[in-house]
Amino acid sequence: MSETRFTSDHEWARKENGTAVVGITDYAQEQLGELVFVELPAVGDAVTKGGEAAVVESVKAAGEVKSPLSGTVTEVNTALADDPGAVNSDAAGAGWIYKMQLSAPQEFDSLLDADAYNALVAAAG
Amino acid sequence: MATETPLAGLHRALGAKFVDFAGVSLPVHFADGILREHLHVRRAAGLFDVSHMGQVAVRGGEVAAALESLSPADFAGLAAGRQRYALFTNDAGGIEDDFMAVNAGGHFYLVVNAARKEHDLAHMRGRIGGGCDIQYLAGRALLALQGPQSAAALAQLAESPAESPERLTFLSAGEFTLGGARCFVSRSGYCGEDGFEISLRAEDAEQFARRLLEDSRVRPAGLGARDSLRIEAGLCLYGSDMDAATNPVEAGLGFAVAKARRPGGARSGGFPGAAVIFDALARGAERARVGLLPAGRAPVRGGAELVDADGATAGVVTSGTFGASAGGPVAMGYVRAGLQAPGTALGAVVRGRTLPVTVAALPFTAHRYHRTTTN
Repeated sequence: MSETRFTSDHEWARKENGTAVVGITDYAQEQLGELVFVELPAVGDAVTKGGEAAVVESVKAAGEVKSPLSGTVTEVNTALADDPGAVNSDAAGAGWIYKMQLSAPQEFDSLLDADAYNALVAAAG
Repeated sequence: MATETPLAGLHRALGAKFVDFAGVSLPVHFADGILREHLHVRRAAGLFDVSHMGQVAVRGGEVAAALESLSPADFAGLAAGRQRYALFTNDAGGIEDDFMAVNAGGHFYLVVNAARKEHDLAHMRGRIGGGCDIQYLAGRALLALQGPQSAAALAQLAESPAESPERLTFLSAGEFTLGGARCFVSRSGYCGEDGFEISLRAEDAEQFARRLLEDSRVRPAGLGARDSLRIEAGLCLYGSDMDAATNPVEAGLGFAVAKARRPGGARSGGFPGAAVIFDALARGAERARVGLLPAGRAPVRGGAELVDADGATAGVVTSGTFGASAGGPVAMGYVRAGLQAPGTALGAVVRGRTLPVTVAALPFTAHRYHRTTTN
């Protein structure tokens, strides 16, 4: 049973048991425009909730991806090295950025659910 | 509150995403996105709204001499209907602005940078306003049609082949009726491609733009593509790649110091900072603007420090982006004298890490201007 939750910084995390997959939201990719580079974390990196874990760059700007949760990076989406545009075309799927083992699974409960996140995006216009 | 251009309504209808630039709200890109817009300009034709630029008419009996008192360009030798790139210099030999100037017959027509137009107007009025009338052309829009199909697309709006801007060559200009609107057109641009810049009354601009966009070869393009195109073309942006503290020689803009204005020339000197600039021409500058090719995929952007093989400061990146035509990141910046040879290996500090970059010849993408075949 997996559930996807969101941050107010426009990352998503999909939790499965003690692990999570992390990416940026469709709204975030649309704001950035076409991505030309994704700086991935390294497998084994410790990430903390709210700390910078990756960088996504479009033609016009670089944006940091803050980890929605704390833990250790277990896998990164190496396909993004050749095809950063996958984040634009499928932000919630093929455009995932990294997977992690959670050190504080309860943090997930503090993230926004889909309704709350959609309301936040709607308010942002 | 940013002002809008006469094409704001059309931009919204075309799905533009806006950004404030020099106090003006302009499209950063349209529905196609920056990469596709960039590639379309290189392949066909892109239509840019550059109405934020300052359009100025300078009139007076001694207008060429007056402009030469502010700039090292050869205005006296600029034939009617011809256009030139020029700099306003300051007493320290720095660059106050760069601009395009046309000898429009009875007057000179200038296009200056958006962020510098108030400054330039005050500068001109203060220095040459006694003998010249400096008229800001408010109420005029400026469009840039850029790319190899520009001439064919624009010609379709001409009333006859004899009255078509197709007859213009690179850096020449004239008046044309296009799609029913009186236009002042120069064959020039900021992308390294053939193209035109079209000045017309604000009230004519939207219909004119719509007519051009009916041509399937023409797609709208925004400031994002304009920036990546000009970086690939190795062209400077005032405020990024040069400023009031930049000598034209170190910026690689020595060509804007005309032969007639150099030592031994017919009208040598007589512009602000001449002695400093002559010294730099004679002895070489302490730093040089160069192209920078990052080895990896990560864009290296303006502000990044450059370091040499020993890790010592070598210079600074002033512009950088992802070049859609180059197929990777491209940048330019300044390096200290001795490091400007193409192939020199340097590092650029990005987010605390040193990424390898190589000094490269500019432009990254060869210019394809419509030059005269005879000299």
